[in-house]
Amino acid sequence: MTRPLSAPRIRIPRSARPGEVIEIRTLIEHPMETGLRHDGGAAIPRDMLNRLLVRMNGETVLAVDVRNGTAANPYHVFFVRMERTSSFEFTWTDEAGRIARAEARVTVA
Amino acid sequence: MRTSRRAVLALAVLPAAAAAATEEALNVAIREAVGDAAIEDGGIVLSVPTIAENGGQVPLTVLVDSPMTAADHATAIHVFATRNPTPGVASFRLTPWLARAEVQTRIRLAEDQRIVVLAQFSDGRVRRATAELRVTTGGCLS
Repeated sequence: MTRPLSAPRIRIPRSARPGEVIEIRTLIEHPMETGLRHDGGAAIPRDMLNRLLVRMNGETVLAVDVRNGTAANPYHVFFVRMERTSSFEFTWTDEAGRIARAEARVTVA
Repeated sequence: MRTSRRAVLALAVLPAAAAAATEEALNVAIREAVGDAAIEDGGIVLSVPTIAENGGQVPLTVLVDSPMTAADHATAIHVFATRNPTPGVASFRLTPWLARAEVQTRIRLAEDQRIVVLAQFSDGRVRRATAELRVTTGGCLS
Protein backbone atom coordinates (compact mmCIF):
# COMPACT_ATOMS: atom_id res chain seq x y z
CA MET A 1 0.00 0.00 0.00
CA THR A 2 3.00 2.29 0.26
CA ARG A 3 4.09 2.02 -3.35
CA PRO A 4 3.99 5.30 -5.28
CA LEU A 5 1.51 5.79 -8.10
CA SER A 6 2.92 4.82 -11.47
CA ALA A 7 3.95 7.42 -14.04
CA PRO A 8 0.97 8.48 -16.16
CA ARG A 9 1.09 8.47 -19.95
CA ILE A 10 -0.28 11.42 -21.93
CA ARG A 11 -0.86 11.57 -25.67
CA ILE A 12 -1.18 15.19 -26.77
CA PRO A 13 0.04 17.05 -29.87
CA ARG A 14 3.09 19.28 -29.39
CA SER A 15 1.64 21.98 -31.60
CA ALA A 16 -1.68 23.16 -32.99
CA ARG A 17 -3.08 25.88 -35.25
CA PRO A 18 -5.13 28.68 -33.64
CA GLY A 19 -8.69 27.40 -33.11
CA GLU A 20 -7.74 23.77 -33.72
CA VAL A 21 -9.44 21.10 -31.62
CA ILE A 22 -6.90 18.67 -30.17
CA GLU A 23 -7.50 15.22 -28.72
CA ILE A 24 -5.87 14.47 -25.37
CA ARG A 25 -5.53 10.87 -24.14
CA THR A 26 -4.42 9.92 -20.65
CA LEU A 27 -3.64 6.54 -19.09
CA ILE A 28 -2.34 5.62 -15.67
CA GLU A 29 -1.52 2.09 -14.61
CA HIS A 30 -3.51 1.33 -11.48
CA PRO A 31 -5.38 -1.80 -10.27
CA MET A 32 -8.51 0.17 -9.18
CA GLU A 33 -9.05 -2.52 -6.55
CA THR A 34 -12.52 -2.00 -5.10
CA GLY A 35 -12.15 -4.11 -1.96
CA LEU A 36 -15.11 -6.21 -3.13
CA ARG A 37 -13.02 -8.99 -4.68
CA HIS A 38 -11.88 -12.04 -2.75
CA ASP A 39 -8.76 -14.11 -3.11
CA GLY A 40 -9.34 -17.56 -1.61
CA GLY A 41 -11.78 -16.15 0.95
CA ALA A 42 -9.81 -13.09 2.06
CA ALA A 43 -10.93 -9.71 0.72
CA ILE A 44 -8.33 -7.96 -1.45
CA PRO A 45 -7.79 -4.53 0.19
CA ARG A 46 -9.32 -1.50 -1.46
CA ASP A 47 -6.84 0.55 -3.50
CA MET A 48 -8.55 3.17 -5.66
CA LEU A 49 -7.80 6.37 -7.46
CA ASN A 50 -10.51 8.93 -6.87
CA ARG A 51 -9.77 11.86 -9.18
CA LEU A 52 -8.12 13.09 -12.33
CA LEU A 53 -7.79 16.85 -12.59
CA VAL A 54 -6.74 18.53 -15.84
CA ARG A 55 -5.68 22.17 -15.85
CA MET A 56 -4.71 24.42 -18.74
CA ASN A 57 -2.70 27.53 -17.83
CA GLY A 58 -3.82 27.02 -14.22
CA GLU A 59 -7.55 26.81 -15.05
CA THR A 60 -9.56 23.63 -14.61
CA VAL A 61 -10.50 22.05 -17.93
CA LEU A 62 -11.87 18.72 -16.73
CA ALA A 63 -12.17 16.86 -13.44
CA VAL A 64 -13.11 13.20 -13.32
CA ASP A 65 -14.33 11.55 -10.13
CA VAL A 66 -13.67 7.87 -10.69
CA ARG A 67 -15.65 5.23 -8.81
CA ASN A 68 -15.83 1.44 -8.56
CA GLY A 69 -17.13 1.01 -12.11
CA THR A 70 -14.08 2.65 -13.72
CA ALA A 71 -11.82 -0.02 -15.19
CA ALA A 72 -8.28 -0.76 -14.00
CA ASN A 73 -5.62 1.43 -15.63
CA PRO A 74 -7.96 4.41 -15.99
CA TYR A 75 -8.04 5.82 -19.51
CA HIS A 76 -9.62 9.11 -20.49
CA VAL A 77 -9.99 10.97 -23.78
CA PHE A 78 -11.27 14.53 -24.23
CA PHE A 79 -11.06 17.45 -26.65
CA VAL A 80 -9.82 21.01 -26.21
CA ARG A 81 -9.90 23.94 -28.64
CA MET A 82 -6.50 25.66 -28.69
CA GLU A 83 -6.39 29.44 -28.91
CA ARG A 84 -2.85 30.09 -27.66
CA THR A 85 0.27 28.28 -26.54
CA SER A 86 -0.71 26.54 -23.32
CA SER A 87 0.61 24.45 -20.48
CA PHE A 88 -1.36 21.45 -19.30
CA GLU A 89 -1.11 19.84 -15.89
CA PHE A 90 -2.62 16.42 -15.15
CA THR A 91 -3.01 15.29 -11.54
CA TRP A 92 -4.30 11.94 -10.30
CA THR A 93 -5.04 11.38 -6.63
CA ASP A 94 -5.89 8.17 -4.83
CA GLU A 95 -7.99 7.57 -1.73
CA ALA A 96 -4.84 7.44 0.41
CA GLY A 97 -3.83 10.93 -0.75
CA ARG A 98 -1.03 9.86 -3.09
CA ILE A 99 -0.53 11.99 -6.18
CA ALA A 100 0.78 11.40 -9.70
CA ARG A 101 1.45 14.34 -12.02
CA ALA A 102 2.24 14.94 -15.65
CA GLU A 103 2.75 18.11 -17.66
CA ALA A 104 2.59 18.98 -21.33
CA ARG A 105 2.94 22.08 -23.46
CA VAL A 106 1.12 22.74 -26.72
CA THR A 107 2.57 25.42 -28.97
CA VAL A 108 -0.03 27.33 -30.99
CA ALA A 109 1.22 29.10 -34.11
CA MET B 1 -21.18 -36.15 1.03
CA ARG B 2 -17.65 -35.17 0.13
CA THR B 3 -17.25 -31.49 -0.64
CA SER B 4 -14.40 -30.65 -2.99
CA ARG B 5 -12.10 -27.73 -2.37
CA ARG B 6 -13.37 -26.18 -5.59
CA ALA B 7 -16.98 -26.36 -4.38
CA VAL B 8 -16.06 -24.69 -1.09
CA LEU B 9 -14.37 -21.84 -2.94
CA ALA B 10 -17.39 -21.47 -5.21
CA LEU B 11 -19.68 -21.20 -2.18
CA ALA B 12 -17.35 -18.67 -0.55
CA VAL B 13 -17.54 -16.27 -3.48
CA LEU B 14 -21.22 -16.77 -4.23
CA PRO B 15 -22.67 -14.11 -1.88
CA ALA B 16 -20.37 -11.43 -3.30
CA ALA B 17 -21.09 -12.44 -6.89
CA ALA B 18 -24.81 -12.15 -6.29
CA ALA B 19 -24.52 -8.70 -4.71
CA ALA B 20 -25.62 -6.45 -7.56
CA ALA B 21 -26.54 -2.87 -6.75
CA THR B 22 -30.18 -2.47 -5.84
CA GLU B 23 -32.59 -0.19 -7.65
CA GLU B 24 -32.61 1.91 -4.48
CA ALA B 25 -28.81 2.31 -4.49
CA LEU B 26 -29.01 3.45 -8.10
CA ASN B 27 -31.70 6.01 -7.32
CA VAL B 28 -29.72 7.32 -4.34
CA ALA B 29 -26.60 7.67 -6.51
CA ILE B 30 -28.58 9.50 -9.22
CA ARG B 31 -30.13 11.92 -6.73
CA GLU B 32 -26.75 12.55 -5.09
CA ALA B 33 -25.42 13.47 -8.54
CA VAL B 34 -28.22 15.67 -9.89
CA GLY B 35 -30.45 16.50 -6.91
CA ASP B 36 -34.18 16.86 -7.49
CA ALA B 37 -33.92 18.15 -11.06
CA ALA B 38 -36.38 16.73 -13.61
CA ILE B 39 -34.68 14.24 -15.92
CA GLU B 40 -35.49 14.28 -19.63
CA ASP B 41 -34.38 11.71 -22.21
CA GLY B 42 -32.36 12.68 -25.27
CA GLY B 43 -29.54 14.97 -26.35
CA ILE B 44 -26.82 12.43 -25.57
CA VAL B 45 -25.06 9.96 -27.86
CA LEU B 46 -23.92 7.01 -25.74
CA SER B 47 -21.64 4.59 -27.58
CA VAL B 48 -20.85 1.20 -26.07
CA PRO B 49 -20.44 -2.25 -27.59
CA THR B 50 -23.62 -4.35 -27.77
CA ILE B 51 -21.65 -7.32 -26.46
CA ALA B 52 -18.64 -6.78 -24.18
CA GLU B 53 -16.32 -9.80 -24.36
CA ASN B 54 -14.30 -8.60 -21.36
CA GLY B 55 -16.41 -6.91 -18.69
CA GLY B 56 -13.21 -5.61 -17.08
CA GLN B 57 -12.45 -3.20 -19.93
CA VAL B 58 -15.51 -1.93 -21.76
CA PRO B 59 -15.01 1.16 -23.96
CA LEU B 60 -17.54 3.93 -23.43
CA THR B 61 -17.99 7.20 -25.33
CA VAL B 62 -20.45 9.90 -24.28
CA LEU B 63 -21.17 12.88 -26.52
CA VAL B 64 -23.59 15.46 -25.16
CA ASP B 65 -25.27 17.97 -27.45
CA SER B 66 -24.02 21.33 -26.09
CA PRO B 67 -22.36 24.43 -27.60
CA MET B 68 -19.91 24.48 -24.63
CA THR B 69 -19.92 28.27 -24.37
CA ALA B 70 -19.56 30.14 -21.08
CA ALA B 71 -23.30 30.95 -21.17
CA ASP B 72 -24.53 27.52 -22.27
CA HIS B 73 -22.57 24.36 -21.55
CA ALA B 74 -22.78 20.89 -20.10
CA THR B 75 -21.39 21.00 -16.56
CA ALA B 76 -21.21 17.29 -15.79
CA ILE B 77 -21.62 13.80 -17.20
CA HIS B 78 -22.44 11.02 -14.72
CA VAL B 79 -22.20 7.32 -15.57
CA PHE B 80 -24.00 4.60 -13.60
CA ALA B 81 -24.08 0.81 -13.85
CA THR B 82 -27.39 -0.80 -12.87
CA ARG B 83 -26.14 -4.34 -12.15
CA ASN B 84 -22.66 -3.86 -10.68
CA PRO B 85 -22.08 -4.35 -6.93
CA THR B 86 -22.17 -0.53 -6.65
CA PRO B 87 -23.73 1.84 -9.21
CA GLY B 88 -21.08 4.57 -9.46
CA VAL B 89 -18.77 4.49 -12.49
CA ALA B 90 -17.52 8.08 -12.89
CA SER B 91 -18.56 11.73 -12.87
CA PHE B 92 -16.94 14.10 -15.35
CA ARG B 93 -16.95 17.80 -14.40
CA LEU B 94 -16.88 19.73 -17.65
CA THR B 95 -15.92 23.32 -18.41
CA PRO B 96 -16.27 25.58 -21.48
CA TRP B 97 -12.53 25.02 -22.11
CA LEU B 98 -13.58 21.71 -23.65
CA ALA B 99 -14.21 21.92 -27.40
CA ARG B 100 -17.18 19.58 -27.07
CA ALA B 101 -18.96 17.73 -24.32
CA GLU B 102 -17.38 14.40 -25.20
CA VAL B 103 -15.53 11.98 -22.97
CA GLN B 104 -14.20 8.49 -23.61
CA THR B 105 -13.19 6.02 -20.93
CA ARG B 106 -13.23 2.30 -20.08
CA ILE B 107 -15.59 0.87 -17.53
CA ARG B 108 -16.13 -2.50 -15.87
CA LEU B 109 -19.35 -4.44 -15.78
CA ALA B 110 -20.15 -7.46 -13.63
CA GLU B 111 -22.89 -8.91 -15.85
CA ASP B 112 -25.42 -8.09 -18.59
CA GLN B 113 -26.97 -4.75 -17.73
CA ARG B 114 -28.19 -1.29 -18.59
CA ILE B 115 -25.87 1.73 -18.39
CA VAL B 116 -27.39 5.06 -17.40
CA VAL B 117 -25.74 8.36 -18.36
CA LEU B 118 -26.94 11.73 -17.08
CA ALA B 119 -25.80 15.12 -18.37
CA GLN B 120 -26.20 18.32 -16.35
CA PHE B 121 -26.27 21.73 -18.02
CA SER B 122 -25.43 25.28 -16.92
CA ASP B 123 -29.15 26.21 -17.01
CA GLY B 124 -29.99 23.39 -14.58
CA ARG B 125 -31.44 20.94 -17.12
CA VAL B 126 -30.64 17.23 -16.78
CA ARG B 127 -30.81 14.79 -19.67
CA ARG B 128 -30.49 11.01 -19.77
CA ALA B 129 -29.38 8.25 -22.11
CA THR B 130 -29.31 4.51 -21.49
CA ALA B 131 -27.79 1.50 -23.25
CA GLU B 132 -28.17 -2.24 -22.77
CA LEU B 133 -25.02 -4.34 -22.86
CA ARG B 134 -24.37 -8.05 -22.80
CA VAL B 135 -21.23 -9.07 -20.92
CA THR B 136 -19.46 -12.33 -21.81
CA THR B 137 -17.00 -12.37 -18.87
CA GLY B 138 -17.82 -10.25 -15.83
CA GLY B 139 -15.22 -7.69 -14.84
CA CYS B 140 -15.92 -6.74 -11.24
CA LEU B 141 -15.47 -9.77 -9.04
CA SER B 142 -13.38 -12.12 -11.14
